[in-house]
Amino acid sequence: MLEIQSLECVRDDRLLFSDLSFTLAESEVLQIEGANGCGKTSLLRIICGLRLAEAGKVKWCGESIWANREDFYANMVYIGHLPCIKGDLTVLENVRALLDTRSLSVTDHVIETALTKVGLESYDDVPGKALSSGQRRRILLAFVELAKAKLWVLDEPLTALDVQGVQLMESMILEHKQAGGSVIFTTHHGMQLDCEMRTIELGSFTHAGQRD
Amino acid sequence: MLNAFYHLLIRDLRLALRNRHELANPLIFFVLVVSLFPLAVTPTAEALQSMAPGVIWVSALLAVLLSLDRLFKQDYDDGSLDQLMLSPNPLMILVFAKVIAHWLLTGLPLVIVAPLLGMFMSLPADAVSVLVYSLLLGTPVLSLIGAIGVSLTVAVNRGGVLLSLIVLPLYIPVLIFGANAVDVAADGLSVKGQLTFLAAMLALAASLAPLATAVALRITASR
Repeated sequence: MLEIQSLECVRDDRLLFSDLSFTLAESEVLQIEGANGCGKTSLLRIICGLRLAEAGKVKWCGESIWANREDFYANMVYIGHLPCIKGDLTVLENVRALLDTRSLSVTDHVIETALTKVGLESYDDVPGKALSSGQRRRILLAFVELAKAKLWVLDEPLTALDVQGVQLMESMILEHKQAGGSVIFTTHHGMQLDCEMRTIELGSFTHAGQRD
Repeated sequence: MLNAFYHLLIRDLRLALRNRHELANPLIFFVLVVSLFPLAVTPTAEALQSMAPGVIWVSALLAVLLSLDRLFKQDYDDGSLDQLMLSPNPLMILVFAKVIAHWLLTGLPLVIVAPLLGMFMSLPADAVSVLVYSLLLGTPVLSLIGAIGVSLTVAVNRGGVLLSLIVLPLYIPVLIFGANAVDVAADGLSVKGQLTFLAAMLALAASLAPLATAVALRITASR
């Protein structure tokens, strides 16, 4: 489904990784591991097409993501470090605004069900600025759940989440995998996934270091 | 596609209406600057009338320039801009929605108070109506061109000076034709040429600026 071909990433004259290749099939879960600053976020942003790689290609269903961007973006959802939450919009409006950019129209009831699932029932009319950072992350979980994407790209999805939040994320990933979806994620927290999972270790280049 | 356009437009308008003090800033700036001029110079009707077109147009231009930051800054800071770029809809369309929202919230209020300021600067009635037409055609161009500048500088801390350096040279033709139209109208001559030129600039900016802005945003995000 997703194919990564000999990617190379350089940041501030430092080689983060090079000749990185892997594929991700349906129902596969992949964790990117590595120390701080080894390029996990850069890799995920390259996969999404937000960042340009120095060399290499990202392919979706056999074609470059630039060639079929519309199809790729309709089937991929990304959450990064930033919360994407507007303080002046209510929780419900925030989820709706995120879904609207993907042209998904869902009823209030469906959003409320998703909010209940992520532990934000009866918060739908609360403005975003009144929420804690963990609750903001939970809004993003509701968005991921409703985004109807085959591929989830999650950068540190457990940030600011409490124990129940972590369990919720784990169960969401399992459900998504069982439904045939695939997930790429990074985390520094322990995620106990009760399923087959691959890991890729980044960072062998950080010490070899300087680019010549 | 049109759905996403419409919803983003509504979202931006709603956000602005919930944050009204910010909304009033460009308008207050515009009114204050124009009303300070008669205090600083000889307030005879002829003197005011001869400088009114320039003063009003320059103040409107600066009011728009000061408000440009709002266009993408918040979305960049909270990560929503990434989500817009990951939309299956063309980024150009979404950018266009944001620029239209920006014009409705800053340019349009300026157009609405402009007749009042025109009369205050003792412009004749004909010139006041030309002032409104020229601002109506010119301020959207300012928002459209400004969007290109903001999308290049949104990632720069305190990019305000850089933004003015990028954007002001592109604003100058609009300023010249806009102010000149009002000037010529005050002398009772035909302004068809100037207004047609402004309309042409609007058509050009509306068709090309969203594309340039979308590309610039992708460059900004890829750093």
